[in-house]
Amino acid sequence: MTQDKALVELLYSLADDDFILAYRGSEWLGLAPHIEEDVAYSSINQDMMGHATRLYRILEELGEGKADEISHLRKPEQFRNAILLEERNGEGTYLEKPDFDWAFAVVRNYFYTVHKKIRMESLRKSSYEPLKDTALKVSIELQYHLMHWDMWFKQLMTSTDEAKRRMTSAIERCWIEMNGVLSLGPMADEMTSKGYVASEEDMREKWLTHMKKTFEEINAPFPKRLAMSKGNGRQGEHTEDLKTALQTLSEVYETNPTAGW
Amino acid sequence: MTIETTFDRLTEEEKYEHFLNRIDAGEKIEPNDWMPDDYRQSLIRLISMHGISEIMGALPEKEWVPKAPSLHRKLAIMAKVQDEMGHGQLLLRVAEDLMEPLGKNREDIMQDLFSGRLKFHNVFHMKAPTWGDAGIIAWLVDGAAIISQSMMLNSSYGPYARALKRICAEEVFHAQHGESIIMALAEGTPEQRELLQDSLNRWWTALLMFFGPKAKENASTSHVDKNMRYKIREKTNEELRQEFFTKYVPRIWSLGLTIPDETIHFDEEQGLWVYQDPDWSEFKQIVTGNGPQSKERLELREVSYENNRWVREALNPTAKAI
Ligand SMILES: [Fe+2]
Ligand SMILES: [Fe+2]
Repeated sequence: MTQDKALVELLYSLADDDFILAYRGSEWLGLAPHIEEDVAYSSINQDMMGHATRLYRILEELGEGKADEISHLRKPEQFRNAILLEERNGEGTYLEKPDFDWAFAVVRNYFYTVHKKIRMESLRKSSYEPLKDTALKVSIELQYHLMHWDMWFKQLMTSTDEAKRRMTSAIERCWIEMNGVLSLGPMADEMTSKGYVASEEDMREKWLTHMKKTFEEINAPFPKRLAMSKGNGRQGEHTEDLKTALQTLSEVYETNPTAGW
Repeated sequence: MTIETTFDRLTEEEKYEHFLNRIDAGEKIEPNDWMPDDYRQSLIRLISMHGISEIMGALPEKEWVPKAPSLHRKLAIMAKVQDEMGHGQLLLRVAEDLMEPLGKNREDIMQDLFSGRLKFHNVFHMKAPTWGDAGIIAWLVDGAAIISQSMMLNSSYGPYARALKRICAEEVFHAQHGESIIMALAEGTPEQRELLQDSLNRWWTALLMFFGPKAKENASTSHVDKNMRYKIREKTNEELRQEFFTKYVPRIWSLGLTIPDETIHFDEEQGLWVYQDPDWSEFKQIVTGNGPQSKERLELREVSYENNRWVREALNPTAKAI
């Protein structure tokens, strides 16, 4: 297999999305609204971390370096995740005075998971065999993730006024970054023409259709145009939040990357 | 039906006698069976403390979940901490069933935790400042937990015994996960070995304290006697601590680590481990919420509980609590 830049970029964006969002999820550990949710949410985060790991291993086989190295030692500008997924859970940190926003957690995970499902369905037909296998395995677990966030999203959107107010502002916040998640980045055309993944437009349409159905079902006004306000993570644009996240993620590993841990 | 009505006509003393006979015959008591108040109270105290300790116990390790030094370790510690929350959930449900006739629920458990009425294990009041601590916690704290929980696998209270069966099975994996971290550090660079030795030094006293004080001079040991009479537990604190030494001291030594107690040795004549007793007044300080990290951990729970109040209200708009 020769180095295929488009394929490598696609794999990084898939892996980094799961890696970073699983990290944000793991910060919630012990802080979720109730104990049952703590257990369920952490199971989802483990699955996502597992998906990221599978994808980093594919990259390792492609000669990108060891999976632990590429996940722990790349610089922020080398990450290809969407900016929405790197953003902090709220004020404070997971260690001190975490003023985390559950509405943001629900909306971000719901939006992402719907897209991930669409993306995985397309990857099940990928021309690249290892992606096809991974997509099949991921899809099985994803079914449960989607049910979980779908339930939270609809439940909170149809309950108390305070919940609706908080959810609505989380929706606004995610909507203006969601194009970053839906983007395939600068090499989109090549990724699609080589049959690795469906086209960006096709997947965005599917996502919008899914969302319209959801919003109709709960009788909520459909938000206006999608946007990508803070930049495109697929081309290495990121915020300070990713930088601090990566410092935490690699704090121990970085002390000696050649040691056995 | 007839048996029930006959039972209802018994005097309280006869019911109590019948209950003790069942306990002595090794029968399991179930939630809807008649039980004396002090049995119920003992169980509530024990099980809610156990449950909340699992949940508070997730906090020191959680600090290391994002920082775990490889993808493999990240996945393993995520799974481990999730299990601990799962144990907490399972146990709180057992406690809630016992509290129901008293008109109490999980909200009461949480409020008791915040007010300090409900205590959690001393070990979870300690700081866990390095990755070595994540290893020591999983290896030795979970190891200690396995020993103290295994002696209750035959607990006279059916739901607790069944919950413990599941919990103990998972604890074995936790200890293996811990051992694997420990081995990597012990066989690693001089810095890694130092990290490990530091953690052991930091945790040793807390591990001794984990099993509770030895003799009757401490009030809480009277609970031990009662729990043994009711066959909720089978062994004394000291018996458990001795078991811990027998299992782990040789392993610690074989890794080339030093136990921060020069006096510890096995006395062949007595057939017992001789060791430096920890300062039990310090233990008392710790479990009453004055440990090195007690305030911070409780605050973390409390802040998140308050932050998420709107969510709980949204899920159940009519009820005040949960
Ligand atoms: Fe546990
Ligand atoms: Fe455990």
